[in-house]
Amino acid sequence: MASNHTVVTEPHFLFGKLTFDSIPYHDPILVTTFSVVVIGSIGLLGAITYFGKWKYLWDNWFTSVDHKKIGIMYILTALIMLIRGFSDALLMRSQQAIALANESGAGYLPPEHYDQIFTAHGVIMIFFVAMPLIVGLMNIVVPLQIGARDVAFPFLNSLSFWLFVVGALMLNISLFLGEFAATGWLAYPPLSGIDYSPWVGVDYWLWSLQISGIGTLLTGVNFVVTILRMRAPGMSLMKMPVFTWTSLCANVLIVAAFPILTVTITLLTLDRYMGTHFFTGDMGGNQMMYVNLIWAWGHPEVYILILPAFGVFSEVTATFSRKRLFGYSSLVWATAAIMLLSFVVWLHHFFTMGAGASVNAFFGIATMIISIPTGVKLFNWLFTMYKGRVEYTSPMWWTVAFFITFTIGGMTGVMLAIPAANYVLHNSLFLVAHFHNVIIGGALFGYFAGITYWFPKATGFTLNETLGKWACGLWTVGFFLAFMPLYVLGFMGMTRRLNYYENPVWNMWLLVAGAGALIILCGILVQFYQIFASIRDQRHNRDMTGDPWNGRTLEWSISSPPPFYNFALLPAVRDRDHFHDMKNLGLAYKKPKQYHRIHMPKNTWAGVVISGFSLVMGMAMVWHIWWLAILGTLGMIGSFIVYTFEKQKDYYVEIDEVEAIENAHYERVAHANDKRDDNAAPVTISI
Amino acid sequence: MADHGETTHAGAAHGSVREYVTGLLLSIVLTAIPFGVVMSGALAEGLSIALILLCAVGQVLVQLVFFLHMNTSSEQLWNTTSAIFVVVLVAILIVGSIWIMHHLNHNMLMGH
Repeated sequence: MASNHTVVTEPHFLFGKLTFDSIPYHDPILVTTFSVVVIGSIGLLGAITYFGKWKYLWDNWFTSVDHKKIGIMYILTALIMLIRGFSDALLMRSQQAIALANESGAGYLPPEHYDQIFTAHGVIMIFFVAMPLIVGLMNIVVPLQIGARDVAFPFLNSLSFWLFVVGALMLNISLFLGEFAATGWLAYPPLSGIDYSPWVGVDYWLWSLQISGIGTLLTGVNFVVTILRMRAPGMSLMKMPVFTWTSLCANVLIVAAFPILTVTITLLTLDRYMGTHFFTGDMGGNQMMYVNLIWAWGHPEVYILILPAFGVFSEVTATFSRKRLFGYSSLVWATAAIMLLSFVVWLHHFFTMGAGASVNAFFGIATMIISIPTGVKLFNWLFTMYKGRVEYTSPMWWTVAFFITFTIGGMTGVMLAIPAANYVLHNSLFLVAHFHNVIIGGALFGYFAGITYWFPKATGFTLNETLGKWACGLWTVGFFLAFMPLYVLGFMGMTRRLNYYENPVWNMWLLVAGAGALIILCGILVQFYQIFASIRDQRHNRDMTGDPWNGRTLEWSISSPPPFYNFALLPAVRDRDHFHDMKNLGLAYKKPKQYHRIHMPKNTWAGVVISGFSLVMGMAMVWHIWWLAILGTLGMIGSFIVYTFEKQKDYYVEIDEVEAIENAHYERVAHANDKRDDNAAPVTISI
Repeated sequence: MADHGETTHAGAAHGSVREYVTGLLLSIVLTAIPFGVVMSGALAEGLSIALILLCAVGQVLVQLVFFLHMNTSSEQLWNTTSAIFVVVLVAILIVGSIWIMHHLNHNMLMGH
């Protein structure tokens, strides 16, 4: 808590702003959390050491450039951060449930702590849960769907991941060393300026987002090149699976939008560190320019999150309706239209800041227009299900839950797009309910559907279906109970981010919302139990053929988990649903006559080490320890130079090894085929 | 990965001598005009600024087309498409920001 600390303004040469007082040891909540984290970490690290797994982890995971492993690590990190972000949500819901002001005070969280919690919640959920979930899914799926052996720049991929980890680490360190920003997740100046936030909270925000944002930008470049340049022969753009299409558009948005974030954060950094006046209230600075710039990035970011989720729903709906996707080209064009339109709506985030009627009208109408291609997609999925043999597996549950939830969220979005209505609803809980409605009911449900759908591909066994359906049910019920009251409260005039309130009428609705959050908690617990139970029972859930869902696209044509080189021979694609087509023609699971040796990238230490130095640099910058910041920067550049001088960055997998791995796969398929007695998914085999 | 080389074409066309010479001559002309206008002082200030800006835009296009070989051939289509996309986005952002900030400054900072 900032108020209890001495804010050092004259940094010490050796330690910068860091003093013993920077550790919040007088806050019982933080000390308890800290102890739990420390005991947990010691337990985990101790266990790794005891079982001698450090070398295994380093050789097989940390230094890996394999897109599938990097994808799994992204998703694991996201799930860990989800625990932190959701804990923040529970703290806020419980605070507001009891924060009706009375004689004994309001709630249990002091304002400066509460402010850090809602800031951290927003930052974590967007940057360190939603982004890694989707980047992780893209990593696992995209190269497999386009028939590639890895991404275009495998080392860059590893570097992206570790830079993202550094961002997440810094955010978590801020909990126990110093403070986090108390400014809201986008840190508007002048509140985030040095005058109003003199200590290190905003600096943690700046450097954590800057470092992980550069990782995201590199990911964007990597995937645009991968999708445009590394598709299997014959796969023209209009034969790409829809998830690959939406990923391509999302990555184009990353490449186009993230530089705006980088520059805006840099300018705010200069304001805070060098005394410039880009966003201050005096000396010619203009805070409104910050709001303008941050949303010029922020709105495309929303579509970066949602577009790949749309891709997931397209794959899931087509697979489980046992039909070709309805209106493929309209879906592709809708995605492309959204990609461009997402750049002409950013002002709707600040209708009330004071622009004139013509500006507000333009951006209001543009916002309403962007809902049209989104609506087109919903009809695509509905018509795909129409007259299909729909199989209600748990990915399909998430999809149907999404249809209903997202439609409501979309409609409240169009309401907010009316500038006149926005003047009433802006900054209220109505807004909070709206964006949770589209991010949870749209993006997050999509990621969960995708994780369930591709889990067997990544790990080799399916997730427990019953528990998956329970998780989806609890999440959906919990979501409606937690957020529908917020729409009501918004109409009643309750603004967002309130630490306490004096209107007793609000209390009942906030209690309902709190109960909803607890049901979501049950959903999350079921999900973790689902993962645990599925790993425990993996012998029974094993996916022997590589095609557990009778899938349609290329990733299902190889074993689960795929061999590290993915495809022994690059497939020649003729059809949009290529694997489905091959199964129909009886061409699937044909053993090729001859293999070739395969050219593969080697693992590298460089991603971990460069990112490690960036952590040193970031922490030193936060605490104004200049000598250490210089060392960290030199370390980053130096280790990169050392890496560029390495000669052996690649190797060949010899034919014998490829043949052995492939033969084992064909034997498993044959074995699974012998045991299979139903004809639901006929597996043609010829060995 | 390197072994993907056979399926894709990463290299760009390298142009002919004629193309380079045309580009060179055009860019020299487009550089000479602004210099001439400023040094001679023959035109009015507003007109010369307009002419200089026009030559600058022309210069950018000449460099893109003749030296970076941006055209509509299948080899270059991606580069051209992405360049147009970027130009459109940058234009939207700059024009939009100027428009928005003009309104905001007008409405919110009337004391200044």
